[in-house]
Amino acid sequence: MSGGRQVPTALGDALARWGGTTSRRDFLKTSGLFVFGVSGVGVAGAGRWGFGTEPSGGESSEPASYPDPDFLQLDSWLVVHEDGTATFYVGKTDGGQGTGTATQQMMCDELDLAFDQARVVMGRTDMTVDQGGSGGSDAIERDAMVGRRIAAEARRVLLEMASERLGVPVEGLSVSEGVISLRDDPARTVTYGELIGGGRFDVALTGGNINATTGVASIKPVQDLKLVGQSIPRYDIPGKVDASLEWAVDVRLPGMVHARNVRPPFAGATLSAIDELSVRDLPGFIRVVSEGNYVAVVCEREEQAIEAAERLVVEWEKPATAPFPASDDLFDYMRSAERVPGSGGRGAARAQGDPDGALASAATVVEAAYDIPFHGHTAIGPAHALADPSDGQMTIYTNDMKPYSHRTGIAEFLGMDPEQVRVIWMDGPQLYGRTAADDAGFEAAYLARELGRPVRVQWMRHEETAWDTKGPAFAIDLRGGLDADGNVVALDYRGRIANYAHVGYNQARTVLIAQLMGFRPERPSPGGGRGPDEMYYIPNRRQETRAVRFPLAFETPLRTGNLRDPNGPQTTFAGESFIDELAAAAGADPVEFRLRLLRGATDDDEAFRRARSIAVVEAAAEAYGWDARPSPGTVGSGRVLTGRGIAYAYRARTTIAVIAEVEVNRETGRVWVRRMVCAHDCGLVINPNSLESTIQGNLLHGISRTLYEEVRFDGEKVTSVDWRTHPTLTHMDTPEQIDVVMVNGDPNPDRPDLRPYGAGEPSHRPVPAAIANAIYDATGVRMRRLPLRPERVLEELGYAGL
Amino acid sequence: MSEITLRVNGETHTLDVDPSTPLLYVLRNDLGLRGPRFGCGLAQCGTCTVLMDGRAIRSCNRPVSRSTGEITTLEGLPENGELHPVQQAWIDEQVPQCGYCQNGQILTAAALLSYSPNPSDDEIREGMNRVLCRCMTYYRIQSAVKRAAEAMAEGEDR
Ligand code: FES
Ligand code: FES
Repeated sequence: MSGGRQVPTALGDALARWGGTTSRRDFLKTSGLFVFGVSGVGVAGAGRWGFGTEPSGGESSEPASYPDPDFLQLDSWLVVHEDGTATFYVGKTDGGQGTGTATQQMMCDELDLAFDQARVVMGRTDMTVDQGGSGGSDAIERDAMVGRRIAAEARRVLLEMASERLGVPVEGLSVSEGVISLRDDPARTVTYGELIGGGRFDVALTGGNINATTGVASIKPVQDLKLVGQSIPRYDIPGKVDASLEWAVDVRLPGMVHARNVRPPFAGATLSAIDELSVRDLPGFIRVVSEGNYVAVVCEREEQAIEAAERLVVEWEKPATAPFPASDDLFDYMRSAERVPGSGGRGAARAQGDPDGALASAATVVEAAYDIPFHGHTAIGPAHALADPSDGQMTIYTNDMKPYSHRTGIAEFLGMDPEQVRVIWMDGPQLYGRTAADDAGFEAAYLARELGRPVRVQWMRHEETAWDTKGPAFAIDLRGGLDADGNVVALDYRGRIANYAHVGYNQARTVLIAQLMGFRPERPSPGGGRGPDEMYYIPNRRQETRAVRFPLAFETPLRTGNLRDPNGPQTTFAGESFIDELAAAAGADPVEFRLRLLRGATDDDEAFRRARSIAVVEAAAEAYGWDARPSPGTVGSGRVLTGRGIAYAYRARTTIAVIAEVEVNRETGRVWVRRMVCAHDCGLVINPNSLESTIQGNLLHGISRTLYEEVRFDGEKVTSVDWRTHPTLTHMDTPEQIDVVMVNGDPNPDRPDLRPYGAGEPSHRPVPAAIANAIYDATGVRMRRLPLRPERVLEELGYAGL
Repeated sequence: MSEITLRVNGETHTLDVDPSTPLLYVLRNDLGLRGPRFGCGLAQCGTCTVLMDGRAIRSCNRPVSRSTGEITTLEGLPENGELHPVQQAWIDEQVPQCGYCQNGQILTAAALLSYSPNPSDDEIREGMNRVLCRCMTYYRIQSAVKRAAEAMAEGEDR
């Protein structure tokens, strides 16, 4: 730390853990472990604010700089302290799925340390190598595998040092919990701390990019891993239970002030006037800051900023054209809108055989249309950040899941040299993609520079629910053909996705503040969208997805971003509901029908996805106690109807099958998912309990999106603004029983090189279809539009005369 | 501004704040507490929960002038340096994911168990229902409430 700035306690702790005589930064600096980069060019007008010439607080000093730790140096990743404990510097973030703990387990295993002999520091751009932060469920699959190689290399070097010190060849040594001993004379030992404690390895690594980084040591066979596979309690939990953990919302700096945004009341509105007099006399008022259509109020105290933002009188001009259709007309609009040229993206298309011909000659043709609305993140804690502009640098305290792009994005936005910007990730409310385009950090940094003081921003609830990034809406049309024996001969999938100008990761021109200030990306994303991911063998098929756009593409509360398993729940809802429709048309049991489609293929795919798909479908059916019969079952005459449904999918290399058992109350329309079974194959499991927790969260979040969640809007604004207008799953809806079955369906389950595959999101995607299929089983009524709130369920049951 | 006296976690604080200030901001910004957090400001979610005279209340819309009872925040829940059985159960069941909501979950559970020491599954669902979790840790929360109830019953027997 430089310039004598205050270090929040948690960070002080993190630094203290390092326990050396110099700071982490000095350690990296003196060892030449920083990589010096080039300056950025400002989006928001480089140099316009003249920042960097006048330090804002304290004595003037050289502007701080935060170069990148060099990932090709072992010392950037790992430090062994005098007491033999280690600190791992990990360029990821942990949203509460336990990736930090799991990474620690994996690295300790390779280094032969006990779990408690190490610590993990995550997501600080000045201290941890740039592994991109979180996203794509890759923390364990990809990044922690790099960590294993690094730790293995450190162990190799330490063994060589011991060999020299003890005069014994490496083969004659063994290690346990950081103590190296002679195999022949276990009393002769030397510890890691004695060998290197606090010193540098000075070992260069190789690799064309950070994900390929490696030393010369090889990682251990799975059979030799002791901590991997154990349900070690997560290190972050005690501090979350006793309030000792310092979160990004908790950081307080001397002289800091509070800001609140004032959003346009109508999408696409233009600011015409601000009446500052409306707030000037309020206690604690400091300033109204505005540029373009971005408006914020800054006050001394938080509640003062909230009140001032409410009271500020702003005149807005409505746009000439409606920005988007009302949510009630959304799907008609999407089906009739023009497709965006170039949209769809890789992975969206599939073409084989002659689907039209096969449909024309099929014995039975089934057609169905599925509609999935926009889903919000609606994080439990609204977006927030604190920015400190002191001493010519900018430090942002944030829960941004991608601190590295946050840093470069903010540097570009403000026209600062990225080396003068530092992003410190700290715990925060759920990420799930929301904080990959974390608007609040940009706002805090902009305001801090304007004010020359540390500024803390937090969004209000109405703002978060209405204006956060959205998971895109889908309108999906399917046609399928069966032959006379009930085999699927053709499948035609056509999806439309409202995903134009999908925001990137913390891009200086797509975050909300930049849009409101009038910046536009040079090339807006045309809008990608995958189809359902499954391994079914269907000889003739077509699958394509195209994006549609609304009149208003920017400054819109319907701007799309990544939401947990982007596209997965929506497309799998359509795909796996439709497979169920085909099974019903064929009079087949839904599990049997799927297994037949999976077994029909002969080739296997990367990571044995087909074999592992079969394994999870079978395991789910067995764990549930599935009795083979076609759906629907016998529809009872009672008030509450029960049924069960299955859905299966893969995501990347993880395969999942989910079975839902539902109760449908035909008088109230309430659906309760009473029981859920999830069979899950993500290869090597690092921490079963933590993985189970993640899967449970995915399942319940899936239930919430299926039964309740929908972003509602009229022709001019989003009307989902709080927990009443945007309901979510509650304690009342929680299943009575959730069974998670970890499957290892690898053809060679004991392979020593078994890898972990991403597990953060995959189990989310089959949930909506499993529930809809269960409702069909219970009632014989097919639900094709989400969400399934009681009103809609009653309406659909009513149409069917139930 | 005016003088306000608050009793928080067994200590008395005298503060010079606007009496209409919601308790939440005083606890967080003046007393430096981290347990109660802002979630909605509308009394809809529960992240700002504190105990007042043993009852779980929402501090986001409670004026500090009407916060005259004995306030306990998550920080003040342990007794004699030992975690409250609910907190211990939360660790044993590995409940939190992000953890942002867990202040409200833990304090609501502690209040629930103080007046209903042996709640049925339905009583747990109903008693906890107004505390939202967007990581959807409800299933583990409900198990942890049961575990805490058992631990507290055992503690009484001893
Ligand atoms: S913040 Fe108080 S109930 Fe939501
Ligand atoms: S644990 Fe994240 S909101 Fe409850």
